[in-house]
Amino acid sequence: MSERLPINPMQDQAREQRLFEIRREAESTGQVKVRGIRPQGAPFPKASPEDGYYGIPLLKPPQWTHEIPVYFFVGGAAGAAAVIGAIAHYTGADRRLVRDARWIAAAGSVISPALLVSDLGRPSRFLAMMRVFKPQSPMSVGVWTLLGFSAGASAAAFAEFLRDRYGDGFPVTVLENAGTAASLAFGLPFSNYTGVLIGVSAIPVWNQNVRDLPIHFAASGLGAAVGMLELMGHSKSRALQALGLGAAIFETWEGVRIEARGHSHLDPLKHGKSGIITRVGGVLSGPIPTALRIVAALSGAERSRSLRRLASVSSIAGSLITRIAWVQAGHASAKNYRLPLEIPEKTSGGMLNKLPSSS
Amino acid sequence: MSITAFLTDSTLCIGCKACEVACKEWNGVSEDGLNWSGYSYDNTGAVGASTWRHVKFVEDAPNAGFGGNAVDQISWEFSSDVCKHCEEAGCLEACPTGAIVRTEFGGVYVQPDVCNGCAYCVISCPFGVVAKNTDDGRAFKCTFCYDRQKVGLQPACAKACPTESIKFGEINQLRSDAQKRVEVLKDRGMDDANLYDPTHTSVGGIHAMFIIRGDPRTYNLPPNPEVPTIYAKKGWTGSAIAAGLLLGGTLLAFLTDGGRNGR
Repeated sequence: MSERLPINPMQDQAREQRLFEIRREAESTGQVKVRGIRPQGAPFPKASPEDGYYGIPLLKPPQWTHEIPVYFFVGGAAGAAAVIGAIAHYTGADRRLVRDARWIAAAGSVISPALLVSDLGRPSRFLAMMRVFKPQSPMSVGVWTLLGFSAGASAAAFAEFLRDRYGDGFPVTVLENAGTAASLAFGLPFSNYTGVLIGVSAIPVWNQNVRDLPIHFAASGLGAAVGMLELMGHSKSRALQALGLGAAIFETWEGVRIEARGHSHLDPLKHGKSGIITRVGGVLSGPIPTALRIVAALSGAERSRSLRRLASVSSIAGSLITRIAWVQAGHASAKNYRLPLEIPEKTSGGMLNKLPSSS
Repeated sequence: MSITAFLTDSTLCIGCKACEVACKEWNGVSEDGLNWSGYSYDNTGAVGASTWRHVKFVEDAPNAGFGGNAVDQISWEFSSDVCKHCEEAGCLEACPTGAIVRTEFGGVYVQPDVCNGCAYCVISCPFGVVAKNTDDGRAFKCTFCYDRQKVGLQPACAKACPTESIKFGEINQLRSDAQKRVEVLKDRGMDDANLYDPTHTSVGGIHAMFIIRGDPRTYNLPPNPEVPTIYAKKGWTGSAIAAGLLLGGTLLAFLTDGGRNGR
């Protein structure tokens, strides 16, 4: 009997205000931007060969959580660190460098599955990945690579731990050699497979760059791994300086390649929010560490070390931001209805067309 | 078991959305909001995790004679969209758990008890069909009413369609029926009637064909859909090059360094 709905004067006021704004927009511009509201005689959206189906995107955007670009970053750095650790071990480089590289790889091999589980929402869901091995699915190949890498990297790090604690011995050597070999064999694909993962998809900005993506991701991961090692105190190693410089030069070249080409599928890497993120990530991973490392090579010992530390921080941040940028670019690319429908950018007369006044 | 298919004839569709309702009722698909999209009488805009059948309301500027319209009337067409059940299905190839399978009827089916919600199928579908239910975390799409087909029934949407716009049957039979129907329509003056069944691309044909009028792009149907596995060779080549460069570069760096410079 009493009032059915609580009356909220504030809400009513807000609605009235909104209606007033819509009315004013309609009067002044002849159209209203909000979907579903069209004043009489205003342009109306249409479905046509030039506009697609009202410009509604055909493709679905990636439905991954924020953990996934972070996983791309962690995996890339851990894979490259394992490769550095193994090669440093085989070439008889500094023991401390080998140990620290192994610890980075082992930490990455623990964090990676945790990030994936967090994306899936439930630990048992991760186990479903291990039901099958499907060579045609980059995600299946990637999961098995992650498992192999995880086993190898943790074995190598565990051998380090055993040696520190109990000293050398035959079992420790066996474990170390097996772990090193496995972490090298799996670390190489693990550092770059995420590029294949997103490249083998229906998203245009990804699949049109499918061959370059793994190389780009490997360089990005190498830059981050070198940066982490230098920040752990190895900023005198000439090998790391060479690797860091190589990765930064490659990333600079990758950035130039993206900027120089004019394909419309590359637009998400240049325009809008994803374009800004791509450029920030690119500058932090490419030109800045390149310049800092070149200056460092020409400077005295003390200055050189601090410059290399700066380059390291820049590379690590750049690597993370680059992965976020590529995922964001995928979102932007999926929203473009023109690419999958093969509608050229220029032929459209715009999505909104005027109805003749007679109707 | 015969290989089955849908043939959705947009020239017969009246936009009643009985297929959407029947699908939701039979499959227990949750409602997704009775919102108007602002695009004609379209509710959801596209198929998704909780919309397995989706009626498109294809509204275009006045087009004399199109759909039998008067000159000053807008052209208005309806078409019920659904998972295409591709011959080479991107989602099925991408699925890392084996949750997505090909049924004995030729349909593509997501086993909900196996799906782990990795969402890789979502970006692998060239038609943007399969989607992750964000509440539940798993991927869902049209099942081709696998349960009904198992016991010899036709899918719920085809059963409910009052104009037989959605036809269900053996795929080769439907393909030839479709050709005949297009001929009939052309004889009646609908010169732009055509069958959408991309057999010329890597998708290799679909189990949910559409009779449409004019350009498929008007219906959000891609002219040349491609299954993403065609990019795999290039991708793994890139991966091998990347691995080679990383290995070679690291070896070179440490060999020339000679381990002389440590910490």
